[in-house]
Amino acid sequence: MNYKKLLIIIGIFIVTILLGIFIYPDGLKERGIVLPHFFDKSFNLGLDVSGGTLLLYEADLNNTDVSNYATAMNGLRDVIERRINFSGVKEPRVQINKSGEKWRLIVELAGIKDIKEAIKMIGETPYLEFKEVRTEEESKTILGLQEEESKKEEPDLRTMQTDPYFKKTSLTGKYLERAELGFDQNSLPIINLQFNDEGTKIFAILTKKNVGQPLAIYLDNHLLNAPIVREEIPSGRAQISGHTLPEAKELVTGLNQGALPVPINLISQQSVGAVLGEESIQKIAKAALWGFALVLMFMIVTYGIPGLLASISLIIYVILTISIFKALPVTLTLAGMTGFILSVGMAVDANILIFEHAKEEIKKNKPIRISMEDGFQRSWPAIRDSNIATIISAVILYYFTSSMIKGFSVTLAIGVVVSLITALYITRLFLQVLTTNK
Amino acid sequence: MNFINKRKLFYGFSIAMIASSFLCLAIFGFNWGIDFTGGSLWELTTSDVQNDNLSKVVDYLENEELGQINVQTTNEDSLILRFSNISEEKHVQLFKGLQEIIPSIQERKFESIGPSIGQELKSKSIWAVFLVFFGILTYLWYAFRHSSFRIPSYRYGVLAVSVLMHDAIFIAGLFSLLGKLKGWEVNSDFLVALLVVAGYSVHDTIVVFDRIRENIRLKRNEDLKEIINLGVNQTLIRSLNTSLTTVFPLITLYFLGPISIKVLVTAMISGVIIGTYSSICLAAPLLYDWALKRT
Repeated sequence: MNYKKLLIIIGIFIVTILLGIFIYPDGLKERGIVLPHFFDKSFNLGLDVSGGTLLLYEADLNNTDVSNYATAMNGLRDVIERRINFSGVKEPRVQINKSGEKWRLIVELAGIKDIKEAIKMIGETPYLEFKEVRTEEESKTILGLQEEESKKEEPDLRTMQTDPYFKKTSLTGKYLERAELGFDQNSLPIINLQFNDEGTKIFAILTKKNVGQPLAIYLDNHLLNAPIVREEIPSGRAQISGHTLPEAKELVTGLNQGALPVPINLISQQSVGAVLGEESIQKIAKAALWGFALVLMFMIVTYGIPGLLASISLIIYVILTISIFKALPVTLTLAGMTGFILSVGMAVDANILIFEHAKEEIKKNKPIRISMEDGFQRSWPAIRDSNIATIISAVILYYFTSSMIKGFSVTLAIGVVVSLITALYITRLFLQVLTTNK
Repeated sequence: MNFINKRKLFYGFSIAMIASSFLCLAIFGFNWGIDFTGGSLWELTTSDVQNDNLSKVVDYLENEELGQINVQTTNEDSLILRFSNISEEKHVQLFKGLQEIIPSIQERKFESIGPSIGQELKSKSIWAVFLVFFGILTYLWYAFRHSSFRIPSYRYGVLAVSVLMHDAIFIAGLFSLLGKLKGWEVNSDFLVALLVVAGYSVHDTIVVFDRIRENIRLKRNEDLKEIINLGVNQTLIRSLNTSLTTVFPLITLYFLGPISIKVLVTAMISGVIIGTYSSICLAAPLLYDWALKRT
C-alpha cells in the first residue's frame, strides 16, 4: 500500500514538472529542445498589464424591435470587428454585454499601435437611414405635444427629440451593398448607393408609396438631403448629392466599411500605455516572489518537517494554479494577480489549522501518525465552511462588477479550490508515506 | 489567556473605533474614484514636471472647459490629472495641443467614464456588498444547523455577519480618513478589497466558532465561559500564523508592487489585521454574552 502511495507521489511530481514546462517553455527551448505545439500557448494578459484600451459602447435600440435586439447586437459586433481589423489593430475582442435593460458592446484593443485610429474609426462610423414625410396631422400632433412638454419644468426628452416632419422607415445602412463616388452633369460629386436584395425591395415599396413626396436621407442623425421621389425605383439605386469632393470620398469609404445596424455611443474608456503595463508586471512578479519566499520560510521555521511538506504542496499549488490560468485561459489583470498572491497566503491556512490540531493530539501522547490523521479529520468542517464563505464572496463579485474586477474573482475562486486539493490531499499523502516508513 | 474576562476592554475599544469610523464618514465622506462618479483620469509623463512643464499643462487645460481639474504628481516625471468626462475626439485634440506645447510629453494612461456607468457600478456595488452579507449569513445558518445544543445555531451566523460588518465599517472609516489626509480614492478596487476582507473575516470567525461548537459537543457539563475561552486559545496560534502568511505577500506587494494596486493592498492588509482581531476578541466574547440570554 505504501508503494502505491509512493507511486502516486512520483506521479504528482512528474505532472508538476510537466506543468512547470507548460508555464515556462522558453527555458527548454533555449537549450534547443523541441516541444509539442500545446506548450506554445501564451498567457492571456489583461489590458492593464499588456497595455491597451477597453471601450464601452451603449447601443441605441430605440428603433429596434425587442425581438430583434440580439440579432441587431450580433450584426453590430461583426461590423465593428471588421472595422477594427481594417484599422490594423490585431485580435480585437468584441463582446456583447447586457446590463439590466441596456445593451452594450465591450471592445478590447491590445497594444498601443493604431489605437487612436481604431477608436476614431469605430466612433465615426456613419449611421445611414431613410425617412419619409409624416402626414400633416401627425406633424401637428407632435408639434402640439412638444409645445405642451416644453412648458413643463422637466420636459420629456423623447417627445422633445421626435422629428415632427419626418418619420423613420425600416430602410437603414444595414441593407447597403455598396457606395460609389460619381459625378452629376454639372461635374459635382454625388454618392451612388446600391442596396442589397432585401434593401431593394424595401426601397421599391418606399418610393412607390412616396411618389411626389420627399424622401429624406439622414447620416448620423443629420439630414443630408431630401430629394422628391418622381416614380417607383425598383433597381435599388439611390443618390446623395451636395457634398464637396473630400467629404464625398470620406463618406463613400465610411459607408463601404459597413454602416452600423444600430447607432452607438462611447460611454467609457480605459487606456493603459504599454510602458506602464510592463513596469507593473515586473514589480508585481518581484513582490510575488518575495512574498512566496517569506511564506515558505515561515512554514519551515514554524513547523519543521511537516512545514517543509506543506511548502512543497504550496509550490505544487502555485504551479498547478498558474497552469490552470494559462490553459483555460483566465485573463490576468493586476487585480487578478493580486487575488492569486493573496490566495497563496491563504492556501497554507488549511495546513496550519491541521498542524495546530495535530500538535494538541501529540501533547496527549498519541503517535504522530494518528495525531496527524486526527488533525485532518477534525479540521475539515472549519476548512470547508470557511472556504465556502470565501467562494460565496468571489461568486457574487463575479456577477456584480465590471470586467476588470471579474478577473480577480476568478483567480481567487480557482485559487481557493486548488488550495483545498493541495493542502488536504497532497500534504496528507506526503505525511502518510513519511510517517509509516519510520 | 482569558479573553472572555477582558471582553469589556475589547467592547470599549471596538465601540470607540466604530464611532470614530462613523465620525470620519460623516465629516469627510468618501473621496469617490471616477469609476463611481464618472469623469476622466489622465496620467502623463514628461521631463522636469517640477519646473515649468506642470504649469504649462495646467494652464493649457484650464482654458479647455473641463470643469474642475485636479492635479497630482506621483514622482519626478509623471502627473495625474482628473477632470470631467470627455469624448474621445476631445481627448485626441487635448493631447495634440499638449504635444505642441511640450513635445516630449507621453501618455501612460487615460480613462474616461460616463456618469451613468459610474452610477450603475455604485448601485451594483451596494447590492454586491448586501448579497455577500446575506449569502454568508444563510450559509452559516445552514452549516451550523446541527449545533443548536446550548447555543441556538442562527446565533453563530448572525454574530459572524455582525463582526464582519464591524470590520467593513472600520475599513470604510479608515479610507474616509485616508481620502482626506492622502487623497486616496474609493474606487472599484476598494470594493474588491472590502468583499475579500469580508470573506477573510468570516473565514477567521468560522474557525473560532467551529472549535467552540466542537468543544460544546465534547464537554457537555463544563462551564460555557471555560469552553468558549478554550476554543479561542486553541485557535489563537492558528489565527496569528495564518494572518502572518496572508500578510507577508501583501506587505511585499505594498512595498515592491506597482502603485496602481496600493489601494487594494492597503485595504486588504488592514482588513486581515482587523479581521484577526475581531474573530478573537469580539466574536467569541459576543457569543458568550448572547448565550447567557435564554431567548
